[in-house]
Amino acid sequence: MSEDAIRVRLRERRGAFTLDAAFVAPGRGVTAIFGPSGSGKTTVLRCIAGLHRVAQGHVEVGGEVWQDAARFRPVHHRPIGYVFQEASLFTHLDVRGNLLFGARGAGGEALLSFEQAVALLGLAPLLDRAPSGLSGGERQRVAIGRALLSRPRLLLMDEPLSALDRAAREEILPFLEQVHARLSLPILYVTHDMSEVERLADEIVLMERGRVIGAGPLARIQSDPDLPLMRARDAAVSLEGEIIAFDSAYGLATLAVAGGAFIAPAPHARVGERRRLRIMAGDVSLALSAPADSTILNISPARILDARPSGDHMIAVLGLGADGAGAHLIARVTRRSWDHLRLAPGLSLYAQVKGAALERV
Amino acid sequence: MSALSDIWGPVVLTIELAGLTTAILLVISTPVAWWLARAPSLWKEIVGAVLALPLVLPPTVLGFYLLVMLGPDGPGGAIASLWGARTLAFSFTGLVIGSVIYSMPFVVQPIRNAFAAMGERPMEAAATLRASPWRAFWTVAVPLARPGFLTAAILGFAHTVGEFGVVLMIGGNIPGVTKVMSVAIFDFVETSRWREAHLLAAGMALFAFVVILAMSLIEKRMGRPAS
Repeated sequence: MSEDAIRVRLRERRGAFTLDAAFVAPGRGVTAIFGPSGSGKTTVLRCIAGLHRVAQGHVEVGGEVWQDAARFRPVHHRPIGYVFQEASLFTHLDVRGNLLFGARGAGGEALLSFEQAVALLGLAPLLDRAPSGLSGGERQRVAIGRALLSRPRLLLMDEPLSALDRAAREEILPFLEQVHARLSLPILYVTHDMSEVERLADEIVLMERGRVIGAGPLARIQSDPDLPLMRARDAAVSLEGEIIAFDSAYGLATLAVAGGAFIAPAPHARVGERRRLRIMAGDVSLALSAPADSTILNISPARILDARPSGDHMIAVLGLGADGAGAHLIARVTRRSWDHLRLAPGLSLYAQVKGAALERV
Repeated sequence: MSALSDIWGPVVLTIELAGLTTAILLVISTPVAWWLARAPSLWKEIVGAVLALPLVLPPTVLGFYLLVMLGPDGPGGAIASLWGARTLAFSFTGLVIGSVIYSMPFVVQPIRNAFAAMGERPMEAAATLRASPWRAFWTVAVPLARPGFLTAAILGFAHTVGEFGVVLMIGGNIPGVTKVMSVAIFDFVETSRWREAHLLAAGMALFAFVVILAMSLIEKRMGRPAS
């Protein structure tokens, strides 16, 4: 996208609900719009698509204004792909007809050919089938293919996995990761499921009661002490890095991130490839001196940057490296340990990471 | 006149009337049904109620008003004067106009229901795939509503075939012009030609059975599949 930004400002009162959302998302990668149900995520997405019109709105994508006080570009003139929560395939057409429906009317540059879309999403065996005979996961794959083939410059996805069972979800996620990795297409992805965010998103827009309470790169928002993500039970950070070593005998890969490196189990990894590491706050413990003879593989110097109480725990934001200038981790420790070790922001110590999971396999 | 042509004339005329009426109704009812099916408002309910009036009005009442409208002193007479006729009543044209009004609810309702049942989503999906509202209507809404159109066509045709009171009021009983099957049966009975009455009545009973069977088969075959 030329002007690399998606700028959105929306305001609407509807009964007791007030939407007052504004954010800027980059014109590349996956930006998750995350929040509890009823927070206005879907309304935001529908406004960007032009399916819903708020009186006071400004929508700008790649330097083109789609809505402002004077203009409102109708849906079919916006170069978007939209994937609904339910696949919403056309039941009077077979899978091929559905895939080609959008490809027909669209101008602009094709992201990928029909054959490439079919290969990317594994649709070859489905082409001549009717939508009613497909499983939920298959339908959603067709819906994604249909959206991609309409030559979008922005892909909008509204909880595409939430209507699916666990197995179908696991079936689709790798396809979404493929779409993300292979196509340079910005994606806005609405979800209320943090695990989807952690696997797919580069950026996140946090919504609560119709407002945007935080927006930015995923790892930064995950470790922002003023935002609620850090205090969630299953809080984690997602770190991007490069594989610098792979020990096939033990099935362990070493991932270098800013200010440190982590070893994580991986069935296969290629030196030089970029991967993502998920480290849960509950898996990080703190030590004042470097522990020797530990079974824990990952022990890194770090510095406490911030800390907030949360119930009977303290949630600490750590910067990797003795100076704390590296990537951020969050650690969840009991208040008793916190007081006992006299931990405080500014202190340099060692972070022991009990479990680190490589994602994007 | 042979008995066969006495029967055959009304049959052909009835098919012509019902066919023409159905064709006209499908053209008129599609936009009306689409408008009625979209987000209902009080206005639409009022229009919907007016269009549904023939469902509850006695055919003679409807026929009476139609007679006044189509007669020499009504708008129908003014239109008829364009080609030198005095009235639209007691003409095939008048019969078509009456049938269109009389059968309209039977055509509008199934199409309206079919449009309403599909919801907003298919049209939204089509719009996000760059289809203009016009293209989306013809390539998505109409094909999805196909069972509704089929039901509407069958009901409109069958209902027109079966009308009696309105025909008698505005059409009379002119052979080859307004003498349709239902009137012919009445006529045969009046003149004690029971054999011909039996033939026509049995034929219409069989027709009604086929219509109802066809309808339930359509509903079964095309019942809403999951999206």
